[in-house]
Amino acid sequence: MYLTNTETIPGKNIVVCYGLVSGNTVRAKHIGRDIAASFKNLVGGELKGYTELLSESRQEAVDRMTAEAEFMGANGIVNVRFATSSVAQGAAELFAYGTAVRVE
Amino acid sequence: MGGLIQLIVFLTLLIVGFVAGRVLERRHFASISERERRTASMLAVPMARVPGAELATDSALVTGSVVVSIDYYKRVVASLRNLVGGNVAAYESLLDRGRREAVLRMKEEALRRGFHGVVCIRMETSRLASARQGGKGIAGVEVLAYGTALRLPAHSPYRQP
Repeated sequence: MYLTNTETIPGKNIVVCYGLVSGNTVRAKHIGRDIAASFKNLVGGELKGYTELLSESRQEAVDRMTAEAEFMGANGIVNVRFATSSVAQGAAELFAYGTAVRVE
Repeated sequence: MGGLIQLIVFLTLLIVGFVAGRVLERRHFASISERERRTASMLAVPMARVPGAELATDSALVTGSVVVSIDYYKRVVASLRNLVGGNVAAYESLLDRGRREAVLRMKEEALRRGFHGVVCIRMETSRLASARQGGKGIAGVEVLAYGTALRLPAHSPYRQP
């Protein structure tokens, strides 16, 4: 599966455009990580637990998007975009979307 | 008596936040500058079609993200700033730090996977609400940078030794 956030895939020709594919996850924070983060909040800097949590969740959103594209018969997704929104207290939605295509 | 204890706790947090926050921030900025120098020659641009980079042989989506937060002292200073308005320098440096770190991680991922440059860089910032303080407080700010990594042929002008 070729993934890019440009409109083309370098070195390939897009032959079929299948349409929009997307994937999302909503993740709540882990209580243990929240406690560790509240200590870290005192001195500032990177909250590693959250960084990992969000990148894992984003990967999950990408995997779901990729699965949808595969189901359509695509072998690439172009113009991938990410969006994040705070849904409720302590929960965030990670969303990925793009255009499923077949390339040669 | 209770008020006095509260005041002591507050001042301790303020001092710890100030001293530790400053040291850690300086260290982080030093690491950022050092890694930026190392990756300075790499093609990394927000435009999608870079003249001379059309000959790429392979591509992949690369991302870099970081969640950062400010220290207790800066949070207090920022909330005082809210009363009079103006530049909130505490948050400016926080976001600067986060963005540069996210871009660096993205570039480092590209290099690690054997790519030579990143085009179409997009950046996104979102705030993580704290579960305490009724969701009004900020637990941290997440910065995400992503782009398309390119593998360039040996004769490409963007391939630095």
